Amino acid sequence: MHDIGLEYCGLQRVDGPLVFLEGVRDVAFDDVVEVTAPDGTLRLGQVLDISETRAVVQMFSGTTGLSTAASRARFTGVSQRIAVGREMVGRILDGVGRPRDGLPDVLTDERRDVNGASINPYSREYPRDFIQTGITSIDLMNTLVRGQKLPIFSGNGMPHNQIAAQIARQAKLLAEDVRFSIVFAAMGVKYDVARFFIDSFERSGAINNVTMFLSLADDPSVERLVTPRSALTFAEYLAFEAGMHVLVILTDMTNYCEALREVATARNQIPSRKGYPGYLYSDLASLYERAGRIAGLPGSITQMPILTMPSDDISHPVPDLTGYITEGQIVLDREMFQKHIYPPVAGLPSLSRLMKDGIGKGRTRDDHPHIASQLFAAYSRVKEIRALAAVIGSEELSPLDKLYMQFGDHFEAHVVTQGEDENRSIEESLAAGWQALKILPRSELYRLSEEELKQYYD
Amino acid sequence: MPPVQLKPQTASSRANPSAEARIVRINGPVVEATGLSRAAMLEVVEVGRERLVGEVIRLTRDVATIQVYEDTGGLRPGAPAYPTGRPLSVLLGPGLLGNIYDGIQRPLRAIAETSGHFIRRGEKPSPLDLERRWRFTPSLQAGAAVAGGAVLGTVQETPSIAMAVMIPPGVEGELAELAPEGDYTVADIIGQVRRADGATTPVRLANYWPVRRPRPSQRRVRMDTPLVTGLRVVDVFFPIATGGTAAIPGGFGTGKTMTQHALAKWSAADIIVYIGCGERGNEMTEVLREFPELQDPRTGRSLMERTVLIANTSNMPVAAREVSIYTGITLAEFYRDMGYNVAVMADSTSRWAEALRELSGRLEEMPADEGFPAYLPTRLAEFYERAGSVETLNGRRGSVSVIGAVSPPGGDFSEPVTQHTSRFIRCFWALDRDLANARHYPAISWLSSYSEYVNDIEPWWRHQGADWQELRITLMRLLQDEVRLQRIARLVGPDALPDDQHLILFVAELIKNGFLQQSSFDPVDMYCGPEKQLQMMRLLVLFDRRARQVLARGGTLAEIREMPCLPTLVRMKSTIPNDRPQDFDALRTRLEQEFDAIERRLA
Repeated sequence: MHDIGLEYCGLQRVDGPLVFLEGVRDVAFDDVVEVTAPDGTLRLGQVLDISETRAVVQMFSGTTGLSTAASRARFTGVSQRIAVGREMVGRILDGVGRPRDGLPDVLTDERRDVNGASINPYSREYPRDFIQTGITSIDLMNTLVRGQKLPIFSGNGMPHNQIAAQIARQAKLLAEDVRFSIVFAAMGVKYDVARFFIDSFERSGAINNVTMFLSLADDPSVERLVTPRSALTFAEYLAFEAGMHVLVILTDMTNYCEALREVATARNQIPSRKGYPGYLYSDLASLYERAGRIAGLPGSITQMPILTMPSDDISHPVPDLTGYITEGQIVLDREMFQKHIYPPVAGLPSLSRLMKDGIGKGRTRDDHPHIASQLFAAYSRVKEIRALAAVIGSEELSPLDKLYMQFGDHFEAHVVTQGEDENRSIEESLAAGWQALKILPRSELYRLSEEELKQYYD
Repeated sequence: MPPVQLKPQTASSRANPSAEARIVRINGPVVEATGLSRAAMLEVVEVGRERLVGEVIRLTRDVATIQVYEDTGGLRPGAPAYPTGRPLSVLLGPGLLGNIYDGIQRPLRAIAETSGHFIRRGEKPSPLDLERRWRFTPSLQAGAAVAGGAVLGTVQETPSIAMAVMIPPGVEGELAELAPEGDYTVADIIGQVRRADGATTPVRLANYWPVRRPRPSQRRVRMDTPLVTGLRVVDVFFPIATGGTAAIPGGFGTGKTMTQHALAKWSAADIIVYIGCGERGNEMTEVLREFPELQDPRTGRSLMERTVLIANTSNMPVAAREVSIYTGITLAEFYRDMGYNVAVMADSTSRWAEALRELSGRLEEMPADEGFPAYLPTRLAEFYERAGSVETLNGRRGSVSVIGAVSPPGGDFSEPVTQHTSRFIRCFWALDRDLANARHYPAISWLSSYSEYVNDIEPWWRHQGADWQELRITLMRLLQDEVRLQRIARLVGPDALPDDQHLILFVAELIKNGFLQQSSFDPVDMYCGPEKQLQMMRLLVLFDRRARQVLARGGTLAEIREMPCLPTLVRMKSTIPNDRPQDFDALRTRLEQEFDAIERRLA
């Protein structure tokens, strides 16, 4: 009894990305709306607020070219859905799941609501499988585990894309020989960035394993709101129905949040910090929480969102709220980047919350948790001493402090720094860590046990 | 056995759907419906054909504004609304412990069985298993005069917890009937109370209670016992009393959840209610996986037997997040009324405040600070005031302690939620970014945290014959001196400091690494009992005193740094278990001997 097919002629108001319609009947909250512009093109939108007299519709493909009198709107009676199917792997699609690669439409009857449903916390399986990324600063210090959501906090100009691509190329499990299927969602990034990833995947031969959802910088901003949802809906299908291990790369979350702010402002909603709406946290959580494992099912979703921190400010709402939801963060450091350290992974603010359960005895090596903790403690001491040396001069430092300075330089040059194609095993990473710690006297290594010191230090 | 329908007590008989009520507007979780002129504020109204649960939060003539606890996608104007005539309530009875619920007490385990791995809308399974039979042992006899809170008997809910079956508050009269010992379901009537007006009220093993109304008690009592947490920095420097309130503010990655988990594991409470409010799903999974395998150091039983989980994770509906902390604290009060000490972990109250803000925004209310509604401090105060140590209606002593995590945006403690919270709590455990970055956990700052309970509970420690107060003051003074000296060293260079000041820096490092830092993953260090805490403090204070003596007699810091027992001293937290106090005596002897040797050389 829905008015499916019934077309309303004329719009009451068009304001930014929003369209207001009056006198509509039997329209549901969240429904998809098809608006036909005067030039005959079809645009998709979604109902944001519906009362008996008025509907507020957010247009995914923008409102350019719409007119109040000559546009027509049709309510489809369903929420936003995308087609899913295994044959989509390897394709390049737009934000709402339509082909962008010039190939024909995907042939499948399976359609899924892009908003998904919450995973029941009771049904989750705690992620514990160590993923070896081949990057020491991640594997040794901020370990990624399968089913984790670990974002990269970056800044403009820093090599977050290279790092994400390197992880996508090198990621593997120690015990099993499974390739990750990669789902890549681009929100408002430049064509060059998308091209970089395509080239990188082509070079490593992984391109047939990658599904891309692209909503580039010149696409309508509101489409960015649905792009990650389309990508994650497809990832959920691959992981929990097709039983695959999926690595989802979302870039750039800052653009996504800005699109959200644009819509909120157009709706005259009360802003919280920096003009972002108060529900930014819940909205981001509805994306990030779509990662993980489910008890009894073979697949998994590992998420790696990338965001650029405006003026490298980690307390900006986007990185801040992201950090509260994700299970850690890899923070890139401007100073290290300027010293030509690749990857410029900041030693202290980076964190992996799931690391503790993915490493250690039977997973990586017994001493791994302790050596990581010791490296953090020592490196934080280095930072203090460097600050002190900046004031009093490095000649004035005590002999012990000088050793710490030496350790810090060695750590950055040999543990953190590595090549873009260098794939280190976890044993190599651990050995590099011990090599750095040998600069320090034994008595400073209080976070390591006597046995570990005997085995690896002496 | 008469067929019993387990229904919440209704205030009136308006439980039938009103033929008129229908939805007129949907704006996210906020729905407006007409034809509800008789609905009461905070009454539960179910909306749509799927009967999604909601609560009336505003009334304007016959239009009711309803906050809906589930996703409203697909709901359309004209759909029916069903008033229920009762406020949002939770079912209190046996079977709560070990269970996991969402914000409105829907059992997530049962939902997983019926709707699969993803939560489907409109699911309304009973919070308690209606089939399961519990052995009820009566302790009263028919004919007794009873009032609210009176204990009719017990049900052994888990091997470590006996649940008292109580007369619901507000019911008073003569116990007309009481079932004999036997096995009953939560829906069975096990007793009848004849009230003064002659009418009878049935009593069951489980009863409803509205979440937003505090359960009554006789009176509040003085809080004079510490809630021993097994975390050294808390128990020694910033203790919380049983029945007290504490806040843990900290930016992301500073270890709020880790600290909450550690407190939930090792606190000397009888019952733990853990509220995951707008946080990560995996954190709840971690509790579910880990707690059953851990042993309560006091009872030797599985920790899950004393724990109830409320999980309204960040991706679950925001309105249910708002109500989840009330659901949690109501469960806590229920066990308090049986005479138990209950600790509530609310992680995180900021997410709850944000849910309040989001709903307030949808209602187009005038915002105060940072978009939060003006009634935020009132709501916070109401919540924290439900904590306390009380004499219950049945004359027992019970308590609810509340420990709330706060997630300030950007780690900035001047934001409204942290600021308002700190007005209503008495223990402030500030998490420090630098400590967390150095992986010094728990990252509770010893400089900016405080506890107002120190003097209240000091007699308890003294009663144990302990020099707790003197020891903690000595150690704290060293830590404070260290900060002062660090500041000086930054100006004049460390070399300018004399040896006795270097010693303070050295001992402070020892306290930080060997005492304050505590590993949640080390099987020995994860829980540190009060006795071990005292032993460790005594050794550190002894070390400080003897080292200063050595310097005074002309010795050097270099000699002290070379002492062979130092690596043992700094690792005593993870090498000496709680049950081996004699090892501390041995270490003490060794320490004294090594100092004696240095002093002999000096003489």
